[in-house]
Parts: sequence; structure tokens; C-alpha cells
Amino acid sequence: MYSKKVMQRFTKPKFAKEMKDADAIGEVGNVKCGDIMRVYIKVKNKKISDISFMTYGCVAAIASSDYLCEIAKNKTLEQAKKITSKDVIKKMGDVPIIKIHCSVLAQDALKKAIEQYESKLK
Amino acid sequence: MSSKIIYLDNAATTKVDDKVIKEMLPFFSERYGNASSIHKKGIEAKETLEKSRKIIADSINALPEEILFTSGGTESNNLAIKGLALQDLNKKHIITTKIEHDCILNTCKLLEQQGYKITYLDVDEKGFADLNQLKNSITTNTLLVSVIHGNNEIGTIQDIESIGKICQEKNVYFHTDACQSYTKTEIDVKKQNISLMSLNAHKIHGPKGVGALFIKKGIKLTPIQHGGGQEKNKRSGTENIPGIVGFAKSVVIAQKNKKSIKEITKMRDYLINKILEIKGTQLNGPLGTKRICNNVNVSFSGIEGESIVIMLSEKGICVSTGSACSSKNLDPSHVIMALENNSERAHGSIRFTISKYTKKSDIDYTIKELNSAVNRLRKFSPLTHKLN
Repeated sequence: MYSKKVMQRFTKPKFAKEMKDADAIGEVGNVKCGDIMRVYIKVKNKKISDISFMTYGCVAAIASSDYLCEIAKNKTLEQAKKITSKDVIKKMGDVPIIKIHCSVLAQDALKKAIEQYESKLK
Repeated sequence: MSSKIIYLDNAATTKVDDKVIKEMLPFFSERYGNASSIHKKGIEAKETLEKSRKIIADSINALPEEILFTSGGTESNNLAIKGLALQDLNKKHIITTKIEHDCILNTCKLLEQQGYKITYLDVDEKGFADLNQLKNSITTNTLLVSVIHGNNEIGTIQDIESIGKICQEKNVYFHTDACQSYTKTEIDVKKQNISLMSLNAHKIHGPKGVGALFIKKGIKLTPIQHGGGQEKNKRSGTENIPGIVGFAKSVVIAQKNKKSIKEITKMRDYLINKILEIKGTQLNGPLGTKRICNNVNVSFSGIEGESIVIMLSEKGICVSTGSACSSKNLDPSHVIMALENNSERAHGSIRFTISKYTKKSDIDYTIKELNSAVNRLRKFSPLTHKLN
């Protein structure tokens, strides 16, 4: 059902942890649909210097959260805003079609975190 | 990772008993006749067919002519409902429950689109159908009441004797889907006033692709599958003799092995108690004799079922979930949602169904790996604050 790449990150995620001193947090999804993704970011010189996630959801949701963090780390905020679900899926390899929304959620969670960071600056 | 598999998904399907396979084999290559043929090979097949029919009939206190062989539970359920509906076009009301198997619910939905009124009975927090609502729902327009006997997800065994009595008093047909409960708890079609009942083989260590429909003598059904008129014109298609032989053998073995029901029940309760020791867990369905002897279904707060299933699968343990994320339509289990309108409970539900092949050491290994999976997933769940 799931590719090796998805399974690797599901069983051994690299970015799965709470970040107590995050500069911003983005959370999307709800219990009703079975997915909640929370992305934490730390920003230094307009770059994402650290990133982590906490996710309630299925295998694809957890793996896409982890890949998203990997893609976004050390990117500038402007670069990170341009990350799409396609980039996440490209990293993960094949996912079942009904699971594509999981990687869209990952992208949305990151966007929300960046928005929160930028609105704090204003 | 060891390559050993611990199979705890026996409500999905079971391992075919070696004795069943042995019984079936000659019917592929030696006794391969068509039961409709009038020559020796045909007669041999027909005799086998009728012998098997009697075994199934005796097991539920029915007459052999009341047993119709089908391709399994789904076909039996479809035939019961559609066959009755086509037989009496005047009655356009069917009563069922919110916790039926999809093949009942989707058949009812089809009829709903055709103008039928369907009443979906509520269930209480343990999954028992509301019998007062049932009594009050029956009208002169009611064709049929269809209630699942043992629930496939949460194991609740309905009081079919009381339901049968209500239906008899109100003079409506009573169908029950007994695919999960068959041979695991008492079924007596006379005592329980059952008009129609669906059975199948692959849940009881028999082969896939074979089942039966009990139709009480005198009840007329319009076939939904037309052809050569097999099974007394009610279900055309050459009889699956090897499958039917295997089905009958699996019933004989199950009946001889009453002791294993006790052992399975003990193991079930041990597993339930051990799982409920984990924080943030909730048993779905009742405890005790009103629960199918091999069913355990627990919801884990803060984590999602598919992740638990896949994590256990990596450790060689096979279980299933009512989570949306494992389904084709992304809706969580309608059964758990009927107990309580709580998505987290439905998404986080895991079903373990044991069998006569399950060992206590399998259960202990499962508990250990389950603890570890739940802890790992909760560590990065944004919902675990609820536990404290």
C-alpha cells in the first residue's frame, strides 16, 4: 500500500517533536476528518533555521509532515512559501490517490506558520 | 523484524482449517461432477450437495430445504432484501439498524433511491438496537426487519430472540446477518423466530466464496440471479461443490470444538483487560456473553487507527481499524459513530479478532508491541494533552 520512502519516515520520522521555543506555529485540519498537523518554525535572518511537527493522522499524514520539514529546513521564508504538495509527494514517492490531501495539509500548515511569523513582525 | 505473523483479523477472514482443505480436495479433481447432471458424476455431486445442506440446516435447527447456498454473506444479504422486495412490491418500508454491514446498508440505500422508506434504528452506547423504537416503527407498510446478529466491528450480539418475537407479533419478516456469530453463539431459527438468515464459511475456517441463506419454509423470494434454475430456482449458477463441502466441514469442526469457544473467550477478556490498562483507551461494545467470543475493539485517544495498524503490521501483527484513513471513502466507522458522535473515537478504533489458532504468547507479544506503538504515536500527537 505504501512505498518504502513513506514507510521509512513513518517509522523513523526525523522532525517529529514539540518545539517549546518556536517563533511561530501553524496548525491545520481537525479531528473530524482525522488529520491535524502542527508545524513549528524558528526563523533566523529570514531563514527557517529549525522546524518540527506534531501530527495526528494516518501514515501518509505523518510521512508528509516529516518530508515537508526536511524540504523547508534552511530555506528562506520566501522560498518556503513556494513549497507545494507536489514537492512533498515528489520526495515521498507514490502515495495512494486518496492520501494526496495529506500532503496538501502539510503545505498548508507550513504556510500558516510563516503567516503567523510575519504577522507578528508587523 | 521477525517474519512470524500474528493474525488477529479473524473477523475479516480466517485461515482455512487443514481438515477442511483435505475434505475439499477430491471435489476438484476426482468428484468434479455438476450437481445438475443426470449421470453418475452428477448424482455423486448432488448427493454431496444435499449431505452438506443437511449439516448446515441441522446446525441452526432448520430443514434442509430451507437452506440455499450462495457465494457468501454479501450475496445472501442482497438476496434476502432484494428478493423479498421484488416479491412484494406493495410494502415499501424496511427497518434496519445504524450498525449493519455495508452490504445491508448499501442495499437499503439503493431501495431508498427507488422510493423505499428505510428506518435505521439507533443503538445504545454498547451497540444494542433500540427495541422500543423497533416496535414503534413497524407499520402495515413494513416489509422486513433486518438486524445484524453479531456485529462485525464491535462484537455486540443482538437479542434476536426478542426481535424475532416482535416481528412475529407484528407479522413482518425478520432477517439477520449471522456471518460473524455463526457457530460462536447459539442460533436456533425456530426458537429465535428468524425468517431469513445469512451465513458464510470463510469466517469459520472454511473457504471464501461460499455461504448460505436460510429461508423459512413458505417464504417466497424473487431471485436476483437468473439462469439454469439451480437451488430450487432461487439462485441460478452451478453449485460450488468444493466450497460447499468445505463449508459443511468447517461447521462440523466448529460444533465439535465447543471447548475452544471457552478458551477464545478467556483470551479475549485477557486482551481487553491488558489493553484497557493503557491510558486513554475505551472499549467499544459490551463485555461478557453479549459480545462475540473473539472480538476486541478499543479506541485510543489522540492517535489515528491506520497509523497503529501499519505500525503493528511492521511487527508482524495483523489487526484492523475503523478509521477513515484506511477506508476507500474517508468516512470513519459508521458503527462507532452510531455509539457516540465522536470522530476521535471512531478514527482511533482498533479491532483485534482472535481464533482457535491464537496462542497466549501471541497476545502477550501484541500487548507489548501495541504499548510501544501507542507511545510512539502519542509522542508527536498534537492531541495527547487530553490524557493528563
